Amino acid sequence: MADTPLLRLRGVTKAYPAVLANDAVDMDVMPGEIHAVLGENGAGKSTLMKIIYGSVRPDAGTVEWRGEQVDIQSPLMARELGIGMVFQHFSLFETLTAAENISLAVPGTIADLSDRIRAASAQFGLDVEPDSRVQAMTVGERQRIEILRCILQEPKLIIMDEPTSVLPPKGIAKLFETLRRLASEGIGIIFISHKLDEIKALCDTATVMRGGRVVGVVDAKVENARSLTRLMIGREIAAPTHSDERGDGHAVLEVSGLNYTPQNPFAPALKDISLTLRSGQITGIAGVSGNGQDALTRALAGEIVHGSQDAGAIMLDGKALGALGPDQRRVQGLHFVPEERLGRGAVPIHTLSENAGLTTHHAGLVNWGMVKLGKRRALAQGTIDSMDVRCGGPDATAQSLSGGNLQKFIVGRELALRPKVLIASQPTWGVDVGAAAAIRQKLIDLRNEGAAILIVSEEIEEIFEICDNIQVMFRGQLSPSAQVQTTSIDDVGLAMAGDFAALAGREAVHG
Amino acid sequence: MARLVIEARPERSIWAPVQVSLLAVLLTCLGGSVLFMIYGVPPLKGLDAIFIDPLLTRYGIGEILLKMAPLLLIAQGLAIGFRAQIWNIGAEGQLIVGAIAATALAIQFNGTTSPLLLPAMVVAGMFGGMVWAGIAAFLRAQFNANEILVTFMLTSVALQLLYYLIAGPMRDPSGFNFPQSIRFDSAAKFPILIEGTRANASLYIGLAASAVAVVFVQRSLVSYKMSVGGISPAAATYAGYSSKKAIWLALLISGGAAGMAGVGEVAGPLGMLQRNISPGYGYAGIIVAVLGGLHPVGIIFAAALMALVYVGGDFALLSVGVPNAVTGIFQGMLLTFYLACSFLLTSRIRWIKPDALIREASPD
Repeated sequence: MADTPLLRLRGVTKAYPAVLANDAVDMDVMPGEIHAVLGENGAGKSTLMKIIYGSVRPDAGTVEWRGEQVDIQSPLMARELGIGMVFQHFSLFETLTAAENISLAVPGTIADLSDRIRAASAQFGLDVEPDSRVQAMTVGERQRIEILRCILQEPKLIIMDEPTSVLPPKGIAKLFETLRRLASEGIGIIFISHKLDEIKALCDTATVMRGGRVVGVVDAKVENARSLTRLMIGREIAAPTHSDERGDGHAVLEVSGLNYTPQNPFAPALKDISLTLRSGQITGIAGVSGNGQDALTRALAGEIVHGSQDAGAIMLDGKALGALGPDQRRVQGLHFVPEERLGRGAVPIHTLSENAGLTTHHAGLVNWGMVKLGKRRALAQGTIDSMDVRCGGPDATAQSLSGGNLQKFIVGRELALRPKVLIASQPTWGVDVGAAAAIRQKLIDLRNEGAAILIVSEEIEEIFEICDNIQVMFRGQLSPSAQVQTTSIDDVGLAMAGDFAALAGREAVHG
Repeated sequence: MARLVIEARPERSIWAPVQVSLLAVLLTCLGGSVLFMIYGVPPLKGLDAIFIDPLLTRYGIGEILLKMAPLLLIAQGLAIGFRAQIWNIGAEGQLIVGAIAATALAIQFNGTTSPLLLPAMVVAGMFGGMVWAGIAAFLRAQFNANEILVTFMLTSVALQLLYYLIAGPMRDPSGFNFPQSIRFDSAAKFPILIEGTRANASLYIGLAASAVAVVFVQRSLVSYKMSVGGISPAAATYAGYSSKKAIWLALLISGGAAGMAGVGEVAGPLGMLQRNISPGYGYAGIIVAVLGGLHPVGIIFAAALMALVYVGGDFALLSVGVPNAVTGIFQGMLLTFYLACSFLLTSRIRWIKPDALIREASPD
């Protein structure tokens, strides 16, 4: 009497002008099943999810919902059927509060919803203040609203597009608990993630996609991370290699007594930040987003300049940087890779060639105020080659690239000028495994050349994989520095909740 | 089942703006035909009067070139700001102040034959326009006052200033109290370009401005920085580009260009300062800039078209007897249809047949 699948896809095909995003995809999701969809960026996962959610119409193939063939024409219809989705890219109105945003999709008064939001927040460990405005929120907080909005609609099938990437370890465990309980009540869950250990821990079945096709449907409990990776990218990836050859450990960037109160009342103020970045070392800053990381990276990069920072000093090789803007700091050798790629790290409708110049014009690309177009193009081509960016060449627009490829391009652009100090915010957030490995290896290569690197990341595993030192940010304060080798993930988890003493005693020793 | 789909363009197309502009012109002709039918004029005859007749006579060509000069100058200046999302819609006021500044010199040096007077007037006009636009730049950069409102309202102030000056300090003392300045000497006027027409050498300023704009837009770092600021403010902040600098540059360049256009009027066909120095060139310049796709080359064609509509409106008044408001209606339709079609700049429409799709989907 085998159950009718909740959702059955047969031969789903979707072609875009340049690519075949989905090629005859078959997939079954049973009630109560947690079903992983795995694949690199550009493998067609997002398109497939959009088809299920009704925001994209397939060109061919059938969709069956609880045994009946349906034509899901819109997200509204999908929600009416009982399909909910938590998007990787958020769809929230900046000027509305969390509760107001949720009220656009969930019936009920704001006051009533606020109570439900608080209840669900506590239940799932999704920290959201219903009355805060979205514009004041970080990426992590915005995602938590998206998850809540979906859960409050009580769907029968939930699509989760990389929901864990912005949650602290405790939050992930809590979310998994929630998802398992939802599944035990017969709700199907489609779970998209790049983190193979999560898929192994949570999911029953995994559909693996590559190049728009399904390359395997496997039992997630049986496979290991290595076999899944091989299936997903069609080859093995090497773990990043550290080299003993590296810089001399002298302090390159020294920050002391940095205070900053953002204009935004919901963002935490930076309190007495002191930080030292050393040659040949990667320092990782862990912490749940929204604890002041954004202001810290802006202050270091120069987006918030002198006058708005009080008393603090930022010294690069003994030279004060405090009064310099981002462009002048780059001339001094301090480069920054921001968290947002489209719209901040790159101009969406500009070509890669034009985007190559965004942060590099001072390096001999301008003559008498005129841009040397050939040289800029060559820089773009060089970045594309050295980072293996998959794109249509230097004339492709930034928005035509997948997230991972664009991030490779941006990181490559900042590395091209061989910075003395590199600050990278969430360098591999939402980037597929292959691209993330390539980016991490490039960062380690730069460290081995003697650069001082700061990485702000919410992925503790990433920090443990590539960093030498770790510091934790909590409510605008920075913990003391600890050596990664002598620190455990649990200590970091405690520090992320404000217990900096957990890291004490493991402080980095600098001879 | 075959269907029409609207999809994003995978790469930037240089022909998309051309297609959109031509489509807007086509739709304007259709809309114009309806208008002519309402007036009982055969549509083809009406369109012929507007778009073809002016091109058939030396006088018509001269008038088109005459009107093209200020439109070209104003639109090239405005487009630089528009690309940076800085909206100067007060070019009309800057044109007036530029005309006043040039007239001050013409009155002061009345009687001179120096060849330096005219260039000095052009420079004075440019500075006049820059000062007027600079007020808006200062208020926007320092107090974040909306430059759309400020430039627009300053146009009204400029008009009142003009009325005051020609009724008082700048009035021709022997002009029977008419509100106008003295007639300019020939040293204070642009030479005529084509014998027997009113087209004058101020067109060279517009063409020179276009040439400068081509290089500026395609090559200069300043223009690149301004466009980044216009498209992605967060990227400009990240890169360290100053938004205040972009505001000042955009408004000073467009104000200066409009001011020079004002000189072209008082030192050209008018030969004096009077109440009506512009038939709305400052506003039509906005349409020209947009219709030209904010591209210096596109703007040259758009300016020619808009000048043709101005002259054609007069021709249509005479030959088929429609009111000369038809000029304004055609301008409005051009802009409206352009904006309505402008989604095609970043998207395209494709007709998909199912069998074609399957072939496309599986090449093997």
